[in-house]
Amino acid sequence: MPKTEAKISGARLMVELLEEYGVDIVFGYPGGAILPFYDELYKSTKIKHILVRHEQGAIHMAEGYARSTGKLGVCIATSGPGATNLVTGLTDAKLDSVPILAITGQVATNAIGTDAFQEADIYGITIPITKYNALIKSADDIARHFQEATLVALGGRPGPVLLDFPKDVQTELTSVRKVDKLKIDSRHYQKPPIGGDLDSFAAALNKAKRPLLYVGGGAINANASKEIRELAEKGNIPVTTTLMGIGAFPGTHQLSVGMLGMHGTAYANKAVLECDYILNLGARFDDRVAKPGEFAENAIRAHIDIDTAEFNKRVSVDYLLHGDLKEVLKALIPKVNKVDRPEWVGFLDTLKKNHPLEFDDSTDTIKPQGFLQKLYEKSKGKAIVSTDVGQHQMWAAQYYLFEEANRWLTSGGLGTMGYGLPAAIGAKFGNPKNTVICVSGDGSIQMNIQELATIAMYKKGVKILIFNNNFLGMVRQWQELFYEERFSESEWNYNPDFVKLGEAYSIKGLRISNKSEIDKALEFFLEDDDARILEVMIPAEEKVFPMIPAGKSQKDMIEFSDTVRAGKK
Amino acid sequence: MKHILKILVNNHPGVMSHVSGLFTRRSYNIDSIAVGVTQDSEISNMVIVVKGDDSVVEQVKRQLLKLPDVIEVEDLAYHDCISRELVLVVVKVEDSNRTEIISICEVFQAKIADLTKTTMTIEFSGNTRQVEHFLEMMQKYGIQEIARTGQIALKYRST
Repeated sequence: MPKTEAKISGARLMVELLEEYGVDIVFGYPGGAILPFYDELYKSTKIKHILVRHEQGAIHMAEGYARSTGKLGVCIATSGPGATNLVTGLTDAKLDSVPILAITGQVATNAIGTDAFQEADIYGITIPITKYNALIKSADDIARHFQEATLVALGGRPGPVLLDFPKDVQTELTSVRKVDKLKIDSRHYQKPPIGGDLDSFAAALNKAKRPLLYVGGGAINANASKEIRELAEKGNIPVTTTLMGIGAFPGTHQLSVGMLGMHGTAYANKAVLECDYILNLGARFDDRVAKPGEFAENAIRAHIDIDTAEFNKRVSVDYLLHGDLKEVLKALIPKVNKVDRPEWVGFLDTLKKNHPLEFDDSTDTIKPQGFLQKLYEKSKGKAIVSTDVGQHQMWAAQYYLFEEANRWLTSGGLGTMGYGLPAAIGAKFGNPKNTVICVSGDGSIQMNIQELATIAMYKKGVKILIFNNNFLGMVRQWQELFYEERFSESEWNYNPDFVKLGEAYSIKGLRISNKSEIDKALEFFLEDDDARILEVMIPAEEKVFPMIPAGKSQKDMIEFSDTVRAGKK
Repeated sequence: MKHILKILVNNHPGVMSHVSGLFTRRSYNIDSIAVGVTQDSEISNMVIVVKGDDSVVEQVKRQLLKLPDVIEVEDLAYHDCISRELVLVVVKVEDSNRTEIISICEVFQAKIADLTKTTMTIEFSGNTRQVEHFLEMMQKYGIQEIARTGQIALKYRST
């Protein structure tokens, strides 16, 4: 009998499909309803399974892996609580467009809907937070759902997909190992043709005197860095990136004005106010960047995106092009004039000089900004950096510069505390030769600190930097500035000894609190490829500047120097 | 302004949740929703009536098209389509007004589906305006119960 006709179990088929697809690493946690699948995984020689300590860790690891490699990230969980622990990660991946395949066990089909042990309707729960999801009702459907799910995860604007896999479907025998006919339309996975009028789009750009490129995470997903650089250099167009777009354009390039938005550089935000043409490349006019009606109000606004639902969603635009960013830019660049813009570029250079990123470095205490500058120098800007969410995230975005895409891993859209450590572990699995640094805070790190065990178990040399101010720093900053210093529940009266905690997992650590200790500490931190914990004590009152208060626009930006003048630094 | 969206979707379980969930999540209010299978048993036709200005409806359309099970979305302008909804209404009757109600039904071409000594169940179909008008006429006799289907619609073929 030919091999294709032999019957195999659903679980066996799923493992074979993953292997054929080229998946060589999965992150997960076993449990009753997914055991047949784990039994087949045990026999696989091609797929390495990474055992985590919490399913949220598994999905953030898959995200870190996916974002740093550009490949599909795969995570596995059992039914019920295992599956619901993936919810935050799925939402995170949806908002940041990360291609993730989550496979969850489900109770047997005859028990579905009976409130069986460890049953949750994960299909229903994840409808709004996945690009595609399915409850697989028969082993004969596995091949089709697998194909559709993976195509959708990576196609168009990438995102998370979930396959819910009942236990009896895992053991059911099937001979349907190939897809006859996909049910989904090809528009969900094929590159769309370029939509819009390239000529008028280019003509408007050519007419601009003070154009600005505003680059988002879509540029990284489209692998369009080369084209963006070509466009910027040909037209001498300055470039600002969103938090998600960091790395899509070299941070050290003369035309780079850094990040814009709530905690963007003063010169990027001023460039938004001064430009007469702003070209959005794969960004979504997010509320941390753009206030509808006031964003670049004096400029002609143009937008290129693969997702038509982003057009005119929050900010209306004058010109738009639909398509894969790389393909659109390739078609656009020949139509863009080669221009020198000495006045506009010179104007921004002066802005950079007069409104630099600033902090008070006059005391012996360690300032996180200065520390990150040193970290950048010592790691030669080559590290993959993941962050959690809060002040440390913004300082890292401001002070660690990236030359390349896929080296900056941060939870942009959802703002998930607890993302950084597992994302760093996933990135290290995907990039074993790179230095991988997780920048975190004393609050964030405790949200998934159990994954230190995963680092120890697999001996992964993840470098963990914890800025400790015994506060939820960003919450404190808002309370200080907007709630008259009522620090409601933001002070941490009890933190563990992070160094000792590391030791409990055989991870070496060090704590410093004086500026004079930085050089030695960084040497210890980066000296070899072993995991390290470096706890850096910083002043609680240190704040992230510049800052645009929530709901305000670029015009309302507060700079460091403004607060010094007001006696509130 | 009201928009009538005709949405072709794959006919399998869960699609309705995906579509209606999208409306809930973005807090777009659905006025009515009616679903039925098309001439192709694999494909269903959903008709959703939604209130909102053009930009809101444009956003709804684009979000709908991102769902893998959605095949096509068409915004039918009110004047370019035939729309119908079916209503079953139970009204109180007395000997003194029975003939009066029956003659109103004749004018509206409504069918009497059930009759008791004290009630009459009437079936009426028409566009939303006609249904509203008919119900208004029945109001004075005392409406006991109403069941409405929500609108279905097709584009006019004649121009």
